[in-house]
Amino acid sequence: MSDETLDLPVIQRVLDHHRETPGALLPILHAIQAGVGYIPDAAVPDIAHALNLSQAEVRGVITFYHDFRTAPPARHILRLCRAESCKSRGAETLAAQLREQLGLDDHGTSADGAVSLRPVYCLGACACSPALELDGQVHARLTPERLSALVSGCLQEVKPC
Amino acid sequence: MLKLFVPCDSVARAVGADQLADALSAEAQRRQVEVQIHRTSSRGLYWLEPLLEVETAEGRQGFGPVAAEDVAGLFDALTAAPAEHPLALGLVEQIPYLSSQQRLLFARAGITRPLSLDDYRNHGGFEGLAKAALLEQAEVVAAVLDSGLRGRGGAAFPAGIKWRTVRDAPAVQKYVVCNADEGDSGTFADRMLMEGDPFLLIEGMIIAGLAVGASKGYIYVRSEYPDAVHALNEAVLLAREAGYLDTTGSGVAFDLEVRVGAGAYICGEETALLESLEGKRGIVRAKPPLPALEGLFGQPTLVHNVLTLASVPIIMAKGAQFYRDFGMGRSLGTLPFQLAGNVRYGGLVERAFGLTLRELVEGYGGGTSSGRPLKAAQVGGPLGAWVPPSQFDTPLDYEAFAALGAMIGHGGVVVADDTLNMANMARFALQFCAEESCGKCTPCRIGSTRGMEVVDRLIASSDPAYRADQANLLHDLCDTMQYGSLCAMGGMTSYPVASALKHFPADFGLASPEAAQ
Repeated sequence: MSDETLDLPVIQRVLDHHRETPGALLPILHAIQAGVGYIPDAAVPDIAHALNLSQAEVRGVITFYHDFRTAPPARHILRLCRAESCKSRGAETLAAQLREQLGLDDHGTSADGAVSLRPVYCLGACACSPALELDGQVHARLTPERLSALVSGCLQEVKPC
Repeated sequence: MLKLFVPCDSVARAVGADQLADALSAEAQRRQVEVQIHRTSSRGLYWLEPLLEVETAEGRQGFGPVAAEDVAGLFDALTAAPAEHPLALGLVEQIPYLSSQQRLLFARAGITRPLSLDDYRNHGGFEGLAKAALLEQAEVVAAVLDSGLRGRGGAAFPAGIKWRTVRDAPAVQKYVVCNADEGDSGTFADRMLMEGDPFLLIEGMIIAGLAVGASKGYIYVRSEYPDAVHALNEAVLLAREAGYLDTTGSGVAFDLEVRVGAGAYICGEETALLESLEGKRGIVRAKPPLPALEGLFGQPTLVHNVLTLASVPIIMAKGAQFYRDFGMGRSLGTLPFQLAGNVRYGGLVERAFGLTLRELVEGYGGGTSSGRPLKAAQVGGPLGAWVPPSQFDTPLDYEAFAALGAMIGHGGVVVADDTLNMANMARFALQFCAEESCGKCTPCRIGSTRGMEVVDRLIASSDPAYRADQANLLHDLCDTMQYGSLCAMGGMTSYPVASALKHFPADFGLASPEAAQ
């Protein structure tokens, strides 16, 4: 676990930047997550104070939205689209392949912290289904072979010390 | 000098457009040929992506889908006999899929560079704003009303009435909010427009701001569309530099801000979206009060989908009558339909209302990509009904679809072949609702979970009497959700469920005649 106090300058900068922003909580949470990688628990009291909200209100918002994380993410985040268009082109078969190849459930993270699996419902690539997003990059017209190669790429890279 | 065009659309990139552009520039360098590679928006002919276009005296010649490996051979062909290359498509604008469309909103798609103000202006951009700026507010509102434009987000409420309500509401501060939370799976027109022609949306919002007296606009984009967020942010900066947006009050007193959602489907519901913009959980508000009177931060707010706002510059530039000449009945103008799923030629088809679903799925789409029999098409996103081929001759018109117990929604059409199990899809619709419900009203919050359990019991049982009981229970539950939910999320989850049960009882292990009741 990292020392969350190290992130406080980032958080303070974000809060200062949004001092005048109306309805600032989502932009603040996005900016903190972009800077730190997640929303550290230590940030909650400061956010609440800056926006004149209760900590419960801030936590309520963090937990409501799927995008916000309260723990450091895996090195790679793989989001396979599981909506209707991709399902009609074999997304569920690909999902089963992923679970097998990685030994993970739909929301799981591999023990070595290499990959997190997250379902997503539509990437707007429906005319080229099935699709996934790997670390922010969309890949469409997936085949089992391409999926396997993308996953291997995530697993094989040298781990940072 | 060879002038080449490669889309920078995120889905074209997802199938290799960046690699294509890189390979083209590397090969040109190797051959010492001078090239210009323009990164344009996408034509929306997605089965041809990555689509390479080459400027010629006759027009743009197309090649697609081009992989990076094809580039060397293509260069050979370009100097010898381009038309004989196996990937040659001829003149892009003569491809029947495209030439038969009626592109108003997507008139610039695939032609212009998304962030070039010059390209935008050279292709009719800001003509609508120039005309609107000469009119009184009431005249602009009247033009929107006369055009017959209805909300393109799905509800199809007459846009002009909203404009009039916001305009007439007395307030110091009013807002225009663009609902760009295109969460409906199977739809991608908003994404294409924001990535590919962001100034059109900005122009539409400026006109809306002038007409209703709002000085501030927000575009709320879903986080799953990072390329759209980037394009809009850049376009807003460029528009501001060029003087189209202004907060100082010296020019146009309207400014825009792009806000990013955070992965909550319910924030596509307008009141949940407003809550989210205010920095709260995306919980649906009870109506009334209408957002037009008490919307963002309690002020009168015009909330519209991307395509609704983007239609406005066209209406202003060409006139309300021009716009209402497209379409049928009370469904006027054009709708960019989005063909997706198990379809051979997936893409964007902008046509006037009134063509049939069959023309769309079989004509444009060319049937299933698997070559297996067509089973159904889900029209209007995840909350739309599954329509069986027997109803494919229905014209795409808001009222005609409502009469079927279906909806056109945002124009998404997801095609399925006979391998897709509709009981699973019904269960998925309920599961999706359970995951994405904001939790405010009981039919949606509890009904979705109970519904999944009923479908599970129904599928698992081998006792016909028990199955029939569960099917009745499911009908009953659909009824409760449809009529008892606070918003369309719970209310319309019944559509895919009830339509699957009605048209595909065998998938639930039910005998046909009984379940068809």
